[in-house]
Amino acid sequence: MTSALPLVAVGLLLLATGLIGFYGLRISRTTSDFFVASRTVQPVWNASAISGEYLSAGTFLGLSGLVLLSGAEAFWFPVGYAAGYLLVLLFVAGPLRRSGAYTIPDFVQARLDSLAARRVTSVLVLVIGWLYVVPQLHGAALVITTVAPVPPWVGSVGVAAVVSAVVAAGGMRSVTFVQAFQFWVKLTALAIPVVFLLVVLGGQDLALDPAQVFPPEAGPRSYDTYTTVSLLLALLLGTIGLPHVLVRFYTSPDGVSARWTTVVVIGMISAFYMVSSTMGLVARVVAPDLAEPGVADTVALVLPSRLVPGVGGELLSALVIAGAFAAFLGTSSGLVVSLAGVVSQDLFGGTVRSFRWSAVACTIVPLAFALVTIPQGLVTSVGTVFVFAASALSPTILLGVWWRRLTARGAIAGMVVGSALCAAALLVTSALGPGDGLARSLLAQPAAWTIPLATAATVVVSLRDRRGPHPRTDRFLRRLHVPERAPER
Amino acid sequence: MSGPVFTGAVVGLVVGVLLTAALVLAWRLARGTRELGSDSERATFSTLHLASRAAKHLRDGLEGDDVGRAARHLRTLLGCEALAVVTADGVVALDGPTALRAEAQRVGARTIETGRRQVYAGAEPSSGVPEAVGAPVLAGGVVAGAVVAFATRVRPPLVRATGEVAQWCSAQLELGELEASRTALAQAELRALRAQISPHFIYNSLGAIASFISTDPERARDLVLDFADFTRYSFRGRGDFTTLADELGSIHSYVELERARFGDRLTVTLQIAPESLSTVIPFLSVQPLVENAVRHGLEPREGGGRIVISARDEGTQTEITVEDDGVGMSPETLRTLLATGSRATNVGLRNVDTRVRQLYGDQHALEIETNEGAGTLVRMRVPKSQPQHETEVSRP
Repeated sequence: MTSALPLVAVGLLLLATGLIGFYGLRISRTTSDFFVASRTVQPVWNASAISGEYLSAGTFLGLSGLVLLSGAEAFWFPVGYAAGYLLVLLFVAGPLRRSGAYTIPDFVQARLDSLAARRVTSVLVLVIGWLYVVPQLHGAALVITTVAPVPPWVGSVGVAAVVSAVVAAGGMRSVTFVQAFQFWVKLTALAIPVVFLLVVLGGQDLALDPAQVFPPEAGPRSYDTYTTVSLLLALLLGTIGLPHVLVRFYTSPDGVSARWTTVVVIGMISAFYMVSSTMGLVARVVAPDLAEPGVADTVALVLPSRLVPGVGGELLSALVIAGAFAAFLGTSSGLVVSLAGVVSQDLFGGTVRSFRWSAVACTIVPLAFALVTIPQGLVTSVGTVFVFAASALSPTILLGVWWRRLTARGAIAGMVVGSALCAAALLVTSALGPGDGLARSLLAQPAAWTIPLATAATVVVSLRDRRGPHPRTDRFLRRLHVPERAPER
Repeated sequence: MSGPVFTGAVVGLVVGVLLTAALVLAWRLARGTRELGSDSERATFSTLHLASRAAKHLRDGLEGDDVGRAARHLRTLLGCEALAVVTADGVVALDGPTALRAEAQRVGARTIETGRRQVYAGAEPSSGVPEAVGAPVLAGGVVAGAVVAFATRVRPPLVRATGEVAQWCSAQLELGELEASRTALAQAELRALRAQISPHFIYNSLGAIASFISTDPERARDLVLDFADFTRYSFRGRGDFTTLADELGSIHSYVELERARFGDRLTVTLQIAPESLSTVIPFLSVQPLVENAVRHGLEPREGGGRIVISARDEGTQTEITVEDDGVGMSPETLRTLLATGSRATNVGLRNVDTRVRQLYGDQHALEIETNEGAGTLVRMRVPKSQPQHETEVSRP
């Protein structure tokens, strides 16, 4: 697959992104037109943007790869990713929007009135963000080696350069529409090939062996219960702690519309996961030879040209590649924007100039990290980020929204305990290498014990804190929880 | 995540921590050898250091939450066994054994009552109650509380030092009060600066409406409604903040009223990134910029002109610009205008500039690009994150 089609596809994607980004705002209006047409960002647009930012390379390429590799147990990942937004919807979407905070550190500082708590949060946000960008760059490296005879670093460096250039050059003028556009690119880039593949396969008489698609030994029943529960807990709670989620909710005009946006998001990402998992299942039937670690993640790129011969297959592949680049660019730029926001605000007082430099710095660090490490299992890399976010930040955010006794010291204790335990467990696991047994499961999937411990640390330290909650707490909590306006109709 | 990733993470983390530690150590050493000084210099330094740390905790007054921390530093400063801060309501902070609370209360109450230094020494050495010295803390000439120091044997230097510490506390309390009144003053100034509708505009609008009543009653009715909307927004009682969307709504009414006078000679264009609509901005901070553009940019010109209002996302900030192609002004005029405000005109511009400086700091001052005959561009940058600033929400 060395034709120019993939390059053309990626070029078209970049061109379209640029056009939407720069001309989205250029449509000038007189005052009255403006108010009739678009008073605010509609929830459906904002939801597309959130989904576009959320669906990373890990899920675009990794999910079908994981389904191919491990069958039914891989389905826990999409279940967890989508259900994570359910928790966002239930517990934090409305209150966080009403808080008026733009980033997670802003929220923590406003809630606890503590600079120390803010700094700790900022550091954790930065670590989570960097860890999350790394798999995106790994994905880029993987794709570029599949489509062209170049070394893998070309892909990582290319994506990093584009992202930092775009963010540093003043960002997209209408970032919401760019992200929304990229969501639809991602969805169609997988949906069209999947439909084609199903049509092609429908004509053949395949001797489908259910045991091959869902091997009983890999089914949910045989899967280690502890690992599954722990993983799901991490995926459910991890979404709350991701740095780029809150930033997008700021665009919603009020808490109610933030909630509606979340509902639409759940529908959209579920549709995407359905398509992506179908791709994996098809691969399990027709391309079992790709089921090797490291190769499996390329299955979405390779499958169309295998099943659909000739130009059609190449066109489909090019479409998938464009979608993959939309995934790298969308998630990375969203993350870099929120990270640069945190860095520039914490270190340089939030000036526009410092924002640009921070954007460059926030891309270089994960790029260096991505270049010295070897890409493996994109979904599991992303899963690790969720485990860390869930242990480190989610207890503080949830308790900050829902528990008035939370104090700054409690929050700091919880964040330090959660992140330290989680990091230690994951590091020990990677040092020991693969293994079996309950102790190893506890270390490999630590969320089930790190999250409760972090929460306990937060609660105990808060309750024992002599200074008690900040005096403005009640006022701030009222603001978080009282709806902006009564239903108008 | 894979093994190499974590190896990389560990190595990176360890190297980073080691490097930082080495740098800090080197810096300390380099500084330390040069500036350690003699014993008396170091004593002075540590005294001043303790005092400045305690000062921070006294600024909220003796009723503040941090007095306990101040008591700890003061005890170290005096080198006594226990130290209590007492007000008329009782002991507010005690650094030392809690058994001394009653004694501290007694000495403190006596000190506050007399307003003079009290020394309780040489009672019964066997009773186990240490000797105490109490000194009054004054604020604004009134006794606000007392500092009580305990020692097994109170000697004259401690008595004197306690008196000095109490006086120093008085100074800190007064500084704290000064700070509080400065904040209150700033807030009052902010409230006074809250933009007002210019009477000029009211006459002009009513005149324009009147001229339409007989020729185009439909239009006149719309204009009256616009006028009602605009005044309702501008006169609303509470809330120093609003969202850009609401402010643009008011600007819409304003522009409609101005167009009634200008007719087709006034074109207003909006280029608003939808993300920026929910940004919180100071109440009536963009409308005065538009009014300024109309009044001082376009009105003096024969053929009217065009105003472009734009808002865009700038990462952590939202950038709002108001640009007109009117007469502009020379940079010198602008400078004197913003610095002195001696002229009665362009009040709106200076007003908005002062308010955003007070609210967000000097780096958020208005940026104005203008020259004679070259139009004017006013740029305002507002931070997106303002959790402390509540907008007026339309509650039923």
